[in-house]
Amino acid sequence: MDIKEIHGILKSVFEEGISEPVTDKPVDPYMIVEANKINAVCLFLRDEERMQFDYLSCLSGVDYDKDNLAVVYHLYSFALNHKLVIKVVVPKSDPKVPTVSDIWAAADWHEREAYDLIGVVFENHPDLRRILCPEDWEGHSLRKDYKVPEFYNGMKVPY
Amino acid sequence: MGILNKLDTHIEQFESGNIIVTSADKLLNWSRLSSMWQMFFGLACCAIEMMATSASHYDLDRFGIIPRPSPRHIDILLVSGTVTLKMATRIKRLWEQMPEPKYCISMGSCANCGGPYWEHGYHVLKGVDRIIPVDVYIPGCPPRPEALLDGFLKLQEKIRTQSLAKKN
Repeated sequence: MDIKEIHGILKSVFEEGISEPVTDKPVDPYMIVEANKINAVCLFLRDEERMQFDYLSCLSGVDYDKDNLAVVYHLYSFALNHKLVIKVVVPKSDPKVPTVSDIWAAADWHEREAYDLIGVVFENHPDLRRILCPEDWEGHSLRKDYKVPEFYNGMKVPY
Repeated sequence: MGILNKLDTHIEQFESGNIIVTSADKLLNWSRLSSMWQMFFGLACCAIEMMATSASHYDLDRFGIIPRPSPRHIDILLVSGTVTLKMATRIKRLWEQMPEPKYCISMGSCANCGGPYWEHGYHVLKGVDRIIPVDVYIPGCPPRPEALLDGFLKLQEKIRTQSLAKKN
């Protein structure tokens, strides 16, 4: 199924909150879903007979420079051999996204990484803490406005 | 090392064969450099080269260098690989747990000076000598097994000239 058919099915079930598929950029076509609907949409995508997206290939956090953060979900279906890309865009001042780790278990650590490096807070996550940086690290390292700290625990960080 | 400070310096001479007379310094130094036990401490890619040097082709065991898992049993901490800030606090603790006399060899570019992450690596400690005193630096990314062996031999030279009986 291509993205336009999937969009048609989603629109008929959820009615609003899902944008038109964006196909004119030189990347995989994607749809933007609102943050409060992402859990319901993902559950539907996994369980629906015609779609069966049982594999979350990747979950990444993105920092759009003009005060927006995003989470990108790459979904794949082993049974029907099709894939889909979904984005959730949230403001930097309140970056809360419901978790999908109860739908795909792989999302657990991917969301921890997105929290650690970009700063997206996932609601109802079973164990949201830093995964790569040390526990007492300050700041979210892959944001565009991140400044390298001068000292960490008495060790000089820059060269 | 208090017992060695009480050793007399005069040595008895024996005329018939099969008896070697030497100084305690030389004997102890020889025994220490011939069995340098190192720590299983591979952090990143340099660990592969350390394993390759320990394997049969380049063989560290013929020098008496065997890996041990605990810091209490070792002479040398061979820091091989990138030292992140998260790991650096643990390395400091391991160094303090090692018994004297202890040495540190910094293997590879990342442990010497931060390596390829020197400019943008916000999470990398730029050189393990920022937290512990290093005796031998081995450059390379990663250093070849011959280079690592050369580093161990340099450390042997350093141990050969040390003196346990006197403070230096």
